[in-house]
Amino acid sequence: MTLVPSIAEEQASTPLSSAKSITLRIARFNPEHDGERKFMEFTIPYEKWTTVLEAILEVKKHFDHSVAVRYSCRQATCGSCGMMINGKPRLACFTKISELDSDVITVEPMNNFPIIRDLAVKFERLFDTHHKIKPYLIRDDSEITSNEKEFLQTPEEVEQYIQFSNCIKCGLCNSACPTMATDSSFVGPQALAQAYRYVADSRDKGKDTRLKIIDDSHGIWRCHFAGSCSQVCPKGVDPAMGIQFLRGYLLGFRS
Amino acid sequence: MENHDENKEGIGGMINPRRYGIERVAYLLMRLSGLGLLAYFIGHIYETSSILKGQVGWNEFLALTQTNEGHAILAIVIAMCVFHTVNGIRVMLGHGGVGVGKPARPDYPYIPASQNARHKMGIYSAIVLAAIAMMYGLAVMFGE
Ligand code: SF4
Ligand code: FES
Repeated sequence: MTLVPSIAEEQASTPLSSAKSITLRIARFNPEHDGERKFMEFTIPYEKWTTVLEAILEVKKHFDHSVAVRYSCRQATCGSCGMMINGKPRLACFTKISELDSDVITVEPMNNFPIIRDLAVKFERLFDTHHKIKPYLIRDDSEITSNEKEFLQTPEEVEQYIQFSNCIKCGLCNSACPTMATDSSFVGPQALAQAYRYVADSRDKGKDTRLKIIDDSHGIWRCHFAGSCSQVCPKGVDPAMGIQFLRGYLLGFRS
Repeated sequence: MENHDENKEGIGGMINPRRYGIERVAYLLMRLSGLGLLAYFIGHIYETSSILKGQVGWNEFLALTQTNEGHAILAIVIAMCVFHTVNGIRVMLGHGGVGVGKPARPDYPYIPASQNARHKMGIYSAIVLAAIAMMYGLAVMFGE
């Protein structure tokens, strides 16, 4: 019987090999006992298709397994691996080293999120604000109680919100937002875009409830349409568009 | 990184215009011109209140604006005024959802429709018009 190595063993024993290499600078910080952030440097070989996440995992496998990083799907779907990569918030699994056009890659925890350790940040506030805007259909009846089997929508009606339902809650938008940089009570572009996602859904009847929630001193009025949220969003959600549409209702531009 | 608890970027991150395109430059200029105009407005009220000291006081204060420094400050005020007005109209329309694109199924590479050429043109126009107005102001004031 031939022994087949497990995938984990195989990965652990096969370091990336390539003629090209970069210097990967990883921010190290543990709020429990560190006074300030330090950087560790590693030389990592890479291929055209190597992602920043793969480079970090290479460090964990072969140099220092204690680097704290959160990831799961490795395909821009779970929203776990957001971090500052060369100064901008990006998904590590969705950012290829070759596209960064730099010999030095610096990875740091996402701005505007409290640090758990190294590259891992707390998401509690993002989930709280997301929850605050009632991210579900609001109406009196349900598909079970109504006579209709399901609430049908035309393709045009779906088109109104489908883009905003692509959100994977990665938090990159909140990290790039200039208001979030100074105001931790701001509801943030992620939650505001989700408020629009439900308001724009023809099956939803909770528009007034949600508009009331976001019509707050730390709500939608703190958005100044800088658009950085939309520029960093890895799923094409375009939160800035949703937020302006939402504000259009409050300002009377839309009904 | 000063505030470890929140890890907020702070004012330095808020005003950094280098990472997110011309829209973020416009955001910074809008804030700066807003603050500048507010300072000018306060100074203006103070200046006009000098009329309470009679014509001599008024003329003395007015003479300050006739110096080279006074002219330079007024030229900057003109630029701030024009930029804030033109960009303000763009931002106000945007805030109402005008010209920010239409929702659609996003396709890779996900160019955000709200950051479109019309808005970029609006920003560049505001900057160019402010520069022209400032130069005209300088020509009038220093050309006397
Ligand atoms: S809107 Fe985009 S950037 Fe923001 S959390 Fe959702 S997917 Fe991430
Ligand atoms: S690992 Fe899931 S989004 Fe990057």
